[in-house]
Amino acid sequence: MADISKTIQQQILTAVETQQPVNLRGGNTKSFLYHAKPGETLSLQAHQGIVNYQPTELVVTAYAGTKLNDLQSTLAEHNQRLPFDPPHFGDDATLGGAIATGLSGSIRPFTGSARDYVLGCRIINGKGQIMQFGGQVMKNVAGYDVSRLMVGAMGSLGVLLEISLKVLPIPASECYLSQSRDTQDALRMMQTLAAQNLPLSGLAYDGKAVHIRLAGAEAAVRAARQKLGGEHHKADVFWTLVNEQQHRFFDGEIPLWRVSVPPATVNLPISGKQLVDWAGGLRWVKTDESAEKIFTLAARHHGHAQLFRTAKLTEIRRQPLNSGLKRLHQQLKQSFDPHGIFNRGQLYPEF
Amino acid sequence: MKKMQLIAALQAILPESAILSSKESQKPFECDGLSAYRQLPLLTVLPDTIEQIQAICKLCNQQQIPLVARGAGTGLSGGALPHEEGILLNLAKFNQILSIDIPNRSVRVQPGVRNLAISEAVAQYGLYYAPDPSSQIACTIGGNVAENSGGVHCLKYGLTVHNILELKVVMADGELLTIGSQAYDSAGFDLLALMTGSEGLLGIIVEVTVKLLPKPERTQVILAAFDDVAKAGRAVADIIAAGIIPAGLEMMDKLAIQAAEAFVHAGYPLEAEAILLCEIDGNNEEVSEHIMKVHHVLENSDPISFATAESEQQRNLFWAGRKAAFPAVGRLSPDYYCMDGTIPKQHLAAVLQEIQRLSRHHELAVANVFHAGDGNLHPLILYDANNAGELVKAEHFGADILKLCVQAGGSITGEHGVGIEKIDQMCNQFATDELAQFHSVKAAFDPQGILNPGKAVPTLHRCAELGAMHVHHGELPHPELERF
Ligand SMILES: Cc1cc2nc3c(=O)[nH]c(=O)nc-3n(C[C@H](O)[C@H](O)[C@H](O)COP(=O)(O)OP(=O)(O)OC[C@H]3O[C@@H](n4cnc5c(N)ncnc54)[C@H](O)[C@@H]3O)c2cc1C
Ligand SMILES: Cc1cc2nc3c(=O)[nH]c(=O)nc-3n(C[C@H](O)[C@H](O)[C@H](O)COP(=O)(O)OP(=O)(O)OC[C@H]3O[C@@H](n4cnc5c(N)ncnc54)[C@H](O)[C@@H]3O)c2cc1C
Repeated sequence: MADISKTIQQQILTAVETQQPVNLRGGNTKSFLYHAKPGETLSLQAHQGIVNYQPTELVVTAYAGTKLNDLQSTLAEHNQRLPFDPPHFGDDATLGGAIATGLSGSIRPFTGSARDYVLGCRIINGKGQIMQFGGQVMKNVAGYDVSRLMVGAMGSLGVLLEISLKVLPIPASECYLSQSRDTQDALRMMQTLAAQNLPLSGLAYDGKAVHIRLAGAEAAVRAARQKLGGEHHKADVFWTLVNEQQHRFFDGEIPLWRVSVPPATVNLPISGKQLVDWAGGLRWVKTDESAEKIFTLAARHHGHAQLFRTAKLTEIRRQPLNSGLKRLHQQLKQSFDPHGIFNRGQLYPEF
Repeated sequence: MKKMQLIAALQAILPESAILSSKESQKPFECDGLSAYRQLPLLTVLPDTIEQIQAICKLCNQQQIPLVARGAGTGLSGGALPHEEGILLNLAKFNQILSIDIPNRSVRVQPGVRNLAISEAVAQYGLYYAPDPSSQIACTIGGNVAENSGGVHCLKYGLTVHNILELKVVMADGELLTIGSQAYDSAGFDLLALMTGSEGLLGIIVEVTVKLLPKPERTQVILAAFDDVAKAGRAVADIIAAGIIPAGLEMMDKLAIQAAEAFVHAGYPLEAEAILLCEIDGNNEEVSEHIMKVHHVLENSDPISFATAESEQQRNLFWAGRKAAFPAVGRLSPDYYCMDGTIPKQHLAAVLQEIQRLSRHHELAVANVFHAGDGNLHPLILYDANNAGELVKAEHFGADILKLCVQAGGSITGEHGVGIEKIDQMCNQFATDELAQFHSVKAAFDPQGILNPGKAVPTLHRCAELGAMHVHHGELPHPELERF
């Protein structure tokens, strides 16, 4: 366990003085997500350790450089977990990286996302000021919710030093089922299931079968399994492969798009392959179609798209914002990082 | 701009009937649920289109006129308290449910729709909107978003921020923005989270899309009584340690129990120092399994008694006492002052003990109602406003309680917001840099500072004047200076 926040603060102050941009780095497992601009690398990896963990409070506080693996195994010792299935993409993935990227796994429509579980954080802004927002309690509405604003901001608003999260018990029982369906039936089936009182923790479609993950009280999972039927799988292989993007679908050099849409959206009319997660709310698309075409399609379906993996150097990876929202983003960036030193170009090319 | 000129400018935007300028017509809006603070606005407007709200914002922005939004006015921190030189924007006419989307399990509503009306409108589909503040028959969804309201079920189902998808917001300069999306997330920063709980300071919410959940198949409630508050606190921890997240987990102390029992005859044991209400919901099998586990925990936590409600009628009766706790306490005393601090649950017994000590010190009685599962305390301070100086005494008592919450590692407000009421306590919870960052966030949305000025975030000047030299997490400001 090491608190090196003062050292990091000094590095930021120097960066401000010398006008030298910095690229924040956790485990560097998520670097495929963005096209980084030049800058000095500032590693958070040494800033690690669990600061406070009281299982019965359902709250854990840890330094941002803490490895997700370490955090998760500590929680597991007390039969608890991070309830948003953060993908790791490697053993080195850190808590700070997971929160800065804001990604959540297949469980998202049922128990919520990374941002839903963030209760508070300590950050350094672009003036080198160390500040604390939110707290270590479940409910707290004092001041603007800056903690959740940090989630998914790709480190562009500040360095995450310390994060407090709500945690939940590991469900007593899990069960994995699948049922063959064509795409239309599959999408319809997911909506029907999601609207019922079932102990669901995953609904996905791989092009052949709807995969159903059940989690909860033993009796509830048993009853749901009987009610739903279908092929039963002993292990959660499918879900792990999807979460870590090691499922066959993700193989190959064709660009991977992440398209987030309202769950009942029809099968997206676009060439290439699709894998449906989040009970319909997330469509992974492997396609060579142009970015413009995909952004237009996503917007038409009231969603948004992100170029998640690509072999080419591409600056524009996220759904463009309209002028009003872009201005607001720029003003917020200016508010937290007036000298523009953090993670240039990682969220949007403009900042 | 003079009042007459302002009326003329507004008449170009709104029909005459939508502009209130007399004292009598504005009287009903001079306060919210925190009635100790009262103020008449210069004018009150009741627009019924988004375009009108945009034009009103533009006008206020150009003329630098304060603009305060008001939903149902049930807020408990003076958030909707009018500004004497400003316009009160009453959203009462925005009361329509715009569309119900069953396949996507969402509902799009205008901000003035009442919280409960949403669940009522979708009940026929077996769905509901989860956040259920006790004021849900009256409070509006716009107010809920502005306060990030919770309810007795938020331990399991989350606060407002966890249950909304998209907002349409009119910015201070009149621009209409869509924040969030109909999908589970949206591009860019999480502005949806930033808007939630922003107390009307960042924008006017003119449309809200909320998420719906399937109604639980079955609900059961257990009532347990203890002869010691600390035992009740331990039972709460043990239930959670057993891997159970109850839908609701509420605690009441002796005075609250007695008041509630006298009022609704819920069957609460009067000799108890504390009672716990533990509600379990979900599908049938899950409820049976969890009820058994909770029974097992309670058997080992030395209660005076515990029982599961045997019928829907008994369940409602158990809850009736808790739900009527505020008015029941209201019968004990001409006035009461409702506090809203949060603490880590492990400090519950110690904090309650300290509150009792403060109660003796300030010579005012206090009844405690507590969202025990998530550490949200509602001490109700009893006082009589007709006795000179008692309100001030109650406020001092309240301020001490909030300081205690911050010291215990908690917060000055769990769900009622800062408003005008807790503006000074913000100086205890946040340091100068943090407050300055809040002001700078506000300026990114509202550079002229016209939206609900003077609320939620104190000026640095105000904190300095309070002399609350802030000791943040044990670190003294300017540690380089010698202290005597
Ligand atoms: C469904 C899903 C699937 C996933 N699949 C994979 C996968 O296949 N492979 C994989 O590697 N990961 C995957 N992840 C990602 C994983 O959850 C996190 O993204 C990861 O933990 C990032 O950690 P890192 O330390 O490696 O971050 P890095 O790669 O070092 O950084 C990622 C971003 O976060 C910023 N950042 C890092 N630390 C901080 C900090 N302390 N303060 C501010 N900004 C910071 C960086 O600047 C950068 O912008 C997946 C996640 C999800 C939800
Ligand atoms: C008996 C009682 C019980 C209560 N129980 C609970 C409870 O269990 N949980 C809980 O969280 N709260 C509770 N409250 C507090 C209150 O009901 C909530 O804060 C509620 O969300 C306020 O809604 P409202 O429509 O009355 O808002 P108002 O009081 O009118 O306004 C509240 C704030 O929101 C702003 N605002 C309102 N509408 C908009 C809009 N459209 N755009 C921008 N800003 C807006 C106002 O400016 C003000 O700052 C209770 C109150 C009472 C009186």
